[in-house]
Amino acid sequence: MNAESSYPLEPDPVDLTRSTLQLSARHRTGKIWSSLFFVSTTIGVLALVVLLLSILNQSMGLVAVENKVDPASLSDRPLENLSHDELAVILTSHLSQTRINTIERENPIAQRSQADMLQLVYERVVQPKVEQSWGLIDSLLKRNQIIAESAQRHPEAKVEFRSWLNWNFIINSMSSQPELAGVRTALLGSLYMIAFTILFAFPIGVGAAIYLEEYAESNRINRIIQTNIDNLAGVPSIVYGILGLAIFVRTLGLLTSGALFGIGDQNGRTILSASLTLGLLILPILIINAQEAIRAVPNSLRQASYGLGATRWQTIWNHVLPSAMPGILTGTILAVSRAIGETAPLILVGASTFITRDPSGPFSKFTALPIQIYNWTTRPQDEFRNIAAAAIIVLMISLLSLNAAAILLRNRFSRR
Amino acid sequence: MNPETNAKYAIETRDMDFYYGNFRAVKNVNLQFERQKISAIIGPSGCGKSTVLRSFNRMNDFIPGTRVKGEILFHGQNLYDPQVDPVQVRRLIGMVFQKPNPFPKTIYENVAWGARINGIPGIMDELVEESLVKAALWDEVKDDLRKNALALSGGQQQRLCIARALAVRPEIILMDEPCSALDPIATLKIEELMRDLSKNYTIIIVTHNMQQAARASDYTAFFTMEQDRAGVMVEYGQTGQIFTNPRDKRTEDYITGRFG
Repeated sequence: MNAESSYPLEPDPVDLTRSTLQLSARHRTGKIWSSLFFVSTTIGVLALVVLLLSILNQSMGLVAVENKVDPASLSDRPLENLSHDELAVILTSHLSQTRINTIERENPIAQRSQADMLQLVYERVVQPKVEQSWGLIDSLLKRNQIIAESAQRHPEAKVEFRSWLNWNFIINSMSSQPELAGVRTALLGSLYMIAFTILFAFPIGVGAAIYLEEYAESNRINRIIQTNIDNLAGVPSIVYGILGLAIFVRTLGLLTSGALFGIGDQNGRTILSASLTLGLLILPILIINAQEAIRAVPNSLRQASYGLGATRWQTIWNHVLPSAMPGILTGTILAVSRAIGETAPLILVGASTFITRDPSGPFSKFTALPIQIYNWTTRPQDEFRNIAAAAIIVLMISLLSLNAAAILLRNRFSRR
Repeated sequence: MNPETNAKYAIETRDMDFYYGNFRAVKNVNLQFERQKISAIIGPSGCGKSTVLRSFNRMNDFIPGTRVKGEILFHGQNLYDPQVDPVQVRRLIGMVFQKPNPFPKTIYENVAWGARINGIPGIMDELVEESLVKAALWDEVKDDLRKNALALSGGQQQRLCIARALAVRPEIILMDEPCSALDPIATLKIEELMRDLSKNYTIIIVTHNMQQAARASDYTAFFTMEQDRAGVMVEYGQTGQIFTNPRDKRTEDYITGRFG
């Protein structure tokens, strides 16, 4: 008997529609796995959708507003159309002299802009107060019920639809009243901070990656450095905060406060300290990603360059870096996304929770979006959670715009 | 040393050994490559023929732990003298690789870049045209020099790599299996081109393809591997003699297909 007849692989005659050799079982296993993968993708997408919906739900909806003073009683024209001087008259006639003095001390009324005056009049005189707010979903589905409830509980209040995320929210500075609070200082603080973080971390990260990939020999010291960088990427951010507090805020306070250059006081709780701390935090991520990108550049490209009599540096600058740049930028996007959302290290390096002055440079005191969100969510009033949701949307939009810019840049490099 | 001392040979090796760490990959190579001729190096896989070729322009320097013993003479100077700058060596001894590897830039930039970084004198446009003409590529690309080089076909890319090497004014061109990724027609074009180029340049080619060595080269060196896995040079002579009347039994076995 030969091997063929003792182990019949196929029935005779061959029927392609009938499966043999446990083929149906093999297909079944494949189907089970692929449906598992589909389910995990769906769970991820669902979680994301629920998250976005809950933020959106909080960020707009019906509110019951009650003004302490009716704007119509202040002037027969809408307040927005009044001049600076008219607003000043309203302000002085409705506020006590002590409070006017306080305002004058902050910034003389004569020097304030019309928009600033308008905000003051609303904040100090009209004092609109949101008595109650409802989520977007309730507002859409149970509108009549809400209006009835409001009429009963707050007879003076007007029910209106409000998107907490509006232009005023973006351009207003901090306020202790949620109706008037805005994120301008926090947004500017975040943008300044990220700009300095990139300026600090990007060149150092790429430089370190070039050194490790193109120059460093594979010896014990370099392997230890490499392992440490890999591990540093997983260190909790609060630890970097402690490091930043100890080094940048305290030890290098003279430098980070700007006192060394004759700017600012001796306090190192500045944008610069925060940027350096966040820079340290994202450096390992940047280095690892840049290394991956540099390693992915085909060796044949380097050889072609060397073969023409190029030096190592000419090869790196003209061929390796341009080819690796899209990958490096992808890594930078990841790193910056992480940095812009970090809260813990900022709390440690002393970001202010309440600040009305815009940051103006690296030595300014500052606040940042995540700090504001964190701060607002801890307040007892419901309205602060509404503006926290709005601030989250501002944070996400600014993050997406930063990433879009990086992606555009990356595509430019890829096309070359 | 007087540069005229070995003017007859483009490259001469004397008792050359090549080491990867402690492993001797190639031993005792003595070869003289004639000027303005095409010399082929053939042999089975792993016999060290590429290693030998790449040590002629110090491309092995990038592999950690490699070293060369003995001498490789170029204009009477040892290429591995500590005072020799390998960057200078690679400008004078160009290389074309197994897989076409143009830069992901324009055709023009591919040719011009090497000349620019080496400070080759002359008008760049003329140099680019001259190099592309010499590489028999000018007529095909003269109207779209600004096109990305990766859009060319494999054979065109390889000729572009040759043009790129010519633009830095080398004396010797090393070719490491330049046709192994090309179809027969593109291969034939490269072989014709090699013949043209050999009027002005010394060409040393490593090939797996014995017909190619027989067709295209003036001299052939046969390498093989010994029991200790070290590559050795078995026989070197005029291509006609190697292929029709080999002196060594091992050469005969290889070219008749009884081995390898």
